[in-house]
Amino acid sequence: MSFMAKPKVAHPDLPKNSRGLTRRDYEGANSTLCAGCGHDSITAAIVEACWANAVEPRTLVKLSGIGCSSKTTAYFVSGSHGFNSVHGRMPSVATGANAANRKLSYIGISGDGDTLSIGLGQFIHAIRRNLNMVYIIENNGVYGLTKGQFSASADIGTTAKKGEVNNQAPIDPVQLALTLGASFVARSFSGDKAQLVPLIQAAMHHDGFALIDVLSPCVTFNDHEGSTRSYEYSREHYEEAVHADFVAPAANITVQYGEGESVPVTMHDGSRIILRKVDSGYDPTDRGAALARIRERLRAQEYLTGLLHISTNQPEFHQLNATPDMPLNQIPYATLNPGSAVLAKILARYR
Amino acid sequence: MTPTDTTNPEHYHRVVDCQWACPAHTDVPEYIRLIAQGRHTDAYLLNRESNVFPGILGRVCDRPCEPACRRGRVEEKPVAICRLKRVAADLKGDLTGRVPRAPFERNGKRLACIGAGPASLTVANDLAPLGYEVVIFERLSTPGGLMRSNIPSFRLPASVIDDEIGLILDMGVELRLNSPVGSMRELLEKQGFDAVFVGSGAPKGKELDLPGRADTDRIHIGIDWLESVAFEHIDKIGERVLIIGVGNTAMDCCRTSLRLGAKNVKVMARKPRGFFKASDWELEDAEAENVEIVINRAPRRFVVEGGKLTGMIFEKMEYELKDGRITAERVVGEELVPCDDVILAIGQENAFPWIERDLGLEFDKWSVPKVDAGTFQSTRAEVFFGGDAAFGPKNIIWAVEQGHQAAISMHSYLQGRAVTERPATGVKLNSVKMGMHEWAYKNDYATLERRLVPHVSLKERFKKIDIEVELGFSPAQASQEAQRCLNCDVQTVFEAKLCIECDACIDVCPVDCLTITAGGEEAELRTRLRAPARVLTQPLYVSGALKQTGRVMVKDENLCVHCGLCAERCPTAAWDMQKSTIHWPHAGDGEPACRTQRQIA
Repeated sequence: MSFMAKPKVAHPDLPKNSRGLTRRDYEGANSTLCAGCGHDSITAAIVEACWANAVEPRTLVKLSGIGCSSKTTAYFVSGSHGFNSVHGRMPSVATGANAANRKLSYIGISGDGDTLSIGLGQFIHAIRRNLNMVYIIENNGVYGLTKGQFSASADIGTTAKKGEVNNQAPIDPVQLALTLGASFVARSFSGDKAQLVPLIQAAMHHDGFALIDVLSPCVTFNDHEGSTRSYEYSREHYEEAVHADFVAPAANITVQYGEGESVPVTMHDGSRIILRKVDSGYDPTDRGAALARIRERLRAQEYLTGLLHISTNQPEFHQLNATPDMPLNQIPYATLNPGSAVLAKILARYR
Repeated sequence: MTPTDTTNPEHYHRVVDCQWACPAHTDVPEYIRLIAQGRHTDAYLLNRESNVFPGILGRVCDRPCEPACRRGRVEEKPVAICRLKRVAADLKGDLTGRVPRAPFERNGKRLACIGAGPASLTVANDLAPLGYEVVIFERLSTPGGLMRSNIPSFRLPASVIDDEIGLILDMGVELRLNSPVGSMRELLEKQGFDAVFVGSGAPKGKELDLPGRADTDRIHIGIDWLESVAFEHIDKIGERVLIIGVGNTAMDCCRTSLRLGAKNVKVMARKPRGFFKASDWELEDAEAENVEIVINRAPRRFVVEGGKLTGMIFEKMEYELKDGRITAERVVGEELVPCDDVILAIGQENAFPWIERDLGLEFDKWSVPKVDAGTFQSTRAEVFFGGDAAFGPKNIIWAVEQGHQAAISMHSYLQGRAVTERPATGVKLNSVKMGMHEWAYKNDYATLERRLVPHVSLKERFKKIDIEVELGFSPAQASQEAQRCLNCDVQTVFEAKLCIECDACIDVCPVDCLTITAGGEEAELRTRLRAPARVLTQPLYVSGALKQTGRVMVKDENLCVHCGLCAERCPTAAWDMQKSTIHWPHAGDGEPACRTQRQIA
């Protein structure tokens, strides 16, 4: 962290989005994380993606639980709504908020501890409900806030800063989400914004639960030799399987893609994702094959990254529950609260 | 692009835009920090090392530093560098023991300087402490050259000139007043000087030879007229005055006229605004005094009726402009502008009627002496030129730097070394890290706007000719203005082998000047940066290949505000903030001489 706020002065030629805002307008408070934390890069990627998507700040809701990762919602889009919940309980709050107002855009930030230990039950049910939100796991393999104990995502054989070796098998959120039927599953690396930014953009346009597991080195407790989540190790052991380029609705595709290498996927709002297969044997639309391939590469200690699975035809939470189109706060009071006579009638059914 | 060679002193020097733009390479950020600390005397002495006349230049410098100031690119207005310099001079304390004073052990060599203007005085300042006997010949009864005779006292009080010249004369320099040099041959062959420096300026005002010029005595040459006013030979002028030309001399002429009784002063400009030679702030000051600047008027002839000047005929011009350049012009009419006096301020030239043409000192076809632009040596080995005398009219600060360079050459020449071997420039870097996020400079960005210098009211200032119009900053205003300096000399220094490519610096940089990307040729690389790098005069810094991915760190130096956040956020100290001290050589550097002022900063 630094003690001084980032000066408000900006480059005069910064590009503006369709709302007339620059990247700087999507920033938040000063980060208090360690200098060099991967989480800060993810924050920067979210800022970039929100700017590129021309998000209206007041329509964005940021939610988080507890942990280094969960502090980061304070560091982007200061003009949006925020909720910092109890440890591991962010999905419940997100579910409630989303149920009440489906018109807002939800982005949850969590860590490997918040998601895979204390919050695992909440996490898998949010996937099961196909809650319409972006869920980013800032995955560093350690409990940074309590000085670097192994988390549930630590790889077998990785060492802690003082040399202890981890022998317990990790929980892989990507495989977990795939087996639970998640409709948008991606993995990325905090040090690769070229990959991460379009993934976040695409996730924000996905109708349903969009998981992005981001390998994010803990510069203080997990960036040493022997760690499998250091900057250096991550760079050497991540392999892009599918690159996703995001194309906003009504925008023209300007990049030329080679025949057979790229698959356009049209989202519910007319935006498109161009999937470019870097690994030609990989099919992101075939859940079973994708899972097999991810497992096979993991056994060889390679993290496959990119948009690993997408399906655009799974009903999301509101469709599953046939909720009204209107946010609850816009439904007339008389409709929302039909009165004691109606309540008495309903109760009478149970007598 | 090959990695930037940061061992070349030029790299870090260019980052300090003000110091790079200053002909004398004054260490601006350092003296501004000294002012912020209230160390006005130290700030003055640091200034004096390079520009010799901080009190004078703090008032009348052409300020090439200010248009260059990075603050002017990040925001609109540059730091008021020049006015801060004046504060250091105004508030300085006792200089005793801090500027070299005679006697010095003499080395037996005698030098003559011709003209007691800024160039000659700089030569004397540099060479007297090294043991040379310096004699300055001055045509007028006081020293200072155009600083005295051409710059009106309401801009530059005589006492300031006296003080600063006094410091140089106290070095044991012999000043011969009322001593015009009539013959270079006599000086060289009879008076036994080992070397001669010609710093006689550009004393000849340009003529405007139009019909009627010779029929009246109410048409004046600007610089001669200003000199006559300065020496109180002239103390009044007619009510209606026309100034021909819009340079800085014209501004001095019109404002002086107002103080000698003129009621209606017009500056007649041939071209539209944007083509004026005068500095913006001098135009501003003149217009604040209700001087009218009339554009698109080309002088045609003087109207003299019965031996009396009554007016002047101008052609009305029309111009076609494209991209700020004139592509066509035409005359659309004529106009008579009535007047009582006309002052011609259309330029000046150097002139050497006193240099015999058979001395081995060559002149070109315009009768300008052939002078080497690097050594300031003429074609006769022991004769050197500097200031306006060398390459025509420029500003005081140029004369000073040319004086420094000529002094280096003269010292080399007299010590039997080749004048073409110039002492090396250098750069020294020192980390300013004091602890966790603590630096030996204030790195927080101050959002203050440029302070305005208070002026004497319009009612008061015309009462006497020598009422100084600008009052200078108060200590409080000065310390606020000093906060606006971005400390460009506190450099971002990058060590590629320490970088883990975590992007922290890139994310935190407020002005998006950092990028980690694949290497490439400069023109193409500039298109791939986080923010457009369109200012081609501002260099890119490119690192060597980074350890993990082989990409490179690129920094566009253009808008860096030197906030140090890249270094604060860097987990491996690959970025560090280091103060650069640019060494710009002067005569006698590195020699065990009495140049005590060199050790102060």
